[in-house]
Amino acid sequence: MNVSELAPSYDLIVIGGGPAGLAAAATAARAGLATVLFDENPTVGGQIYRGITANPVRNHAILGDDYWAGSALATEAKNSGALVVNGATVWSLDRTLTVGVSIAGEARLVSGKRIIIATGSLERPFPIPGWTLPGVMTAGGAQTVLKAQGLVPTGRTVLAGNGPLLWLLAAQILRAGGKIEAIVDTGTRRNWLRAAMFLPDFLLSPYFKKGLALLREVKAKALIIPGTRIAAVGSDKLTEVDVDGRRLPADLLLLHQGVVPNVNLAVAAGVPHRWNGRQLCFVPVLDGDFQSSVPGIAVAGDGAGIAGGTAAAERGRIAAIAAVRALKPDARIADPQAARQRLQREEMGRAFLDELYRPVAELRRPEGETIVCRCEEVTAAQIRETARMGCEGPNQMKSFLRCGMGPCQGRLCGLTVTELIADERGTTPDEVGYYRLRPPVKPITLGELASLPVSEAERRAVER
Amino acid sequence: MFKRLGDTGATLTVTIDGKPVRARIGDTVASAMLVAGIDRCRTTPVSGAPRAPYCLMGVCFECLVSVDGVGSRQGCLVPVRDGMKVETQLGKREAGR
Repeated sequence: MNVSELAPSYDLIVIGGGPAGLAAAATAARAGLATVLFDENPTVGGQIYRGITANPVRNHAILGDDYWAGSALATEAKNSGALVVNGATVWSLDRTLTVGVSIAGEARLVSGKRIIIATGSLERPFPIPGWTLPGVMTAGGAQTVLKAQGLVPTGRTVLAGNGPLLWLLAAQILRAGGKIEAIVDTGTRRNWLRAAMFLPDFLLSPYFKKGLALLREVKAKALIIPGTRIAAVGSDKLTEVDVDGRRLPADLLLLHQGVVPNVNLAVAAGVPHRWNGRQLCFVPVLDGDFQSSVPGIAVAGDGAGIAGGTAAAERGRIAAIAAVRALKPDARIADPQAARQRLQREEMGRAFLDELYRPVAELRRPEGETIVCRCEEVTAAQIRETARMGCEGPNQMKSFLRCGMGPCQGRLCGLTVTELIADERGTTPDEVGYYRLRPPVKPITLGELASLPVSEAERRAVER
Repeated sequence: MFKRLGDTGATLTVTIDGKPVRARIGDTVASAMLVAGIDRCRTTPVSGAPRAPYCLMGVCFECLVSVDGVGSRQGCLVPVRDGMKVETQLGKREAGR
């Protein structure tokens, strides 16, 4: 696919090819909307169904039925009439619903009558001493190469953190014949107390049985060490993991403490976000159809607040039905009520999971020389001291310390910086706010910018 | 750090810092490096510390490498191609260079 094959405009532009994006594109295209889906990865599936169309893992038991359920969604999108473009990086979206996209080193501006942002989630920052060392990765990263390339960790592997994904990955590594030296469980008894009141709902949710079976499977085979004071140790690569002073020799440390919405594109497009105190992250302000206050822009999937892959697909469908009804009132389209009911069922156990796997304060708000901004190597002590000096928010913090100004554009430090400032200034993360983000939300080359078509009038405006 | 589960997929060859490395169709630059045991892909512009792939989903920008002469490509998002030339990056700028 080449950018020159793109139309100048579409009825609907879907950004992101995970469950929400695939379901949205399929629903809209089948109802007759001219739909394009841009996905940055080499194949569709997003993170949860990563590599679903070209998976090298032949033993289906390793990744499990929930993973393979994603292939129906990929097929549905493929057969829907939507144009699905992989290797397409969206670097800009504005209020005029113009999307800046690069494919194979060339860029175009494409306009949509409606936009559905389905850029999903990313793993919450896990700022501990040594987390920048080679040999330290996210659990999601290890799962990504297991799904898409069939890679299993070798050598001494330690997992640390909490949350459904950590336990799922542990089970998948063990099923694939991999070894795990230890799992450092950062969960606390206090979380059980907070979660208990949501237990009745969770017992009715589809996650209850699956989760219990998964925990049993992993705990029967792996050493579990409780602990929240964790450090990665090594000079130029990981050699040990320190847990409350106990040293575990390790070649690979996989970190995870939940996932949070990947907000960069939505924030840059002007979609207002609020702090969610239960999920401890910023989520976009949306209506029941997942439409934002920016006319024409919706946010579906985990980018709208964490609820998991199955819920993401339902959200995608609901957002797409709203787009179809707005653009083609006469089109035959399913009533969103069925999708809403399925979504409600999927979301039932979420409060319990959020409270049970709530990351502890010391792993969200580090101290001392622990690096917070990995790109610019800014420490927790620097951010805390600057906040105490009077710096009121993340944007001012950029001017002082350059945190959030490296290539990741705050994705790996934004929440930590907000929480540290709130902590030092005795206020709330909502008051402190998040980084102001601007396009391009992904780095592009000057060559890509120069490849944008220029009209005669634009050329004359700058030529003498 | 990582091994392949099975012998699926056709092989191809890329060079990493001039050395030939076997990879498979379906690999990204970053996954090929992980299997090859290459434990750093760049050094940082601030302190010169070594970095390796961290998130493998395009958000952390730790796996930045030079691919066929274009610097700072995200290795986890670039599929390998036979004959591709990958170079690790030295991030710290030195005066006079």
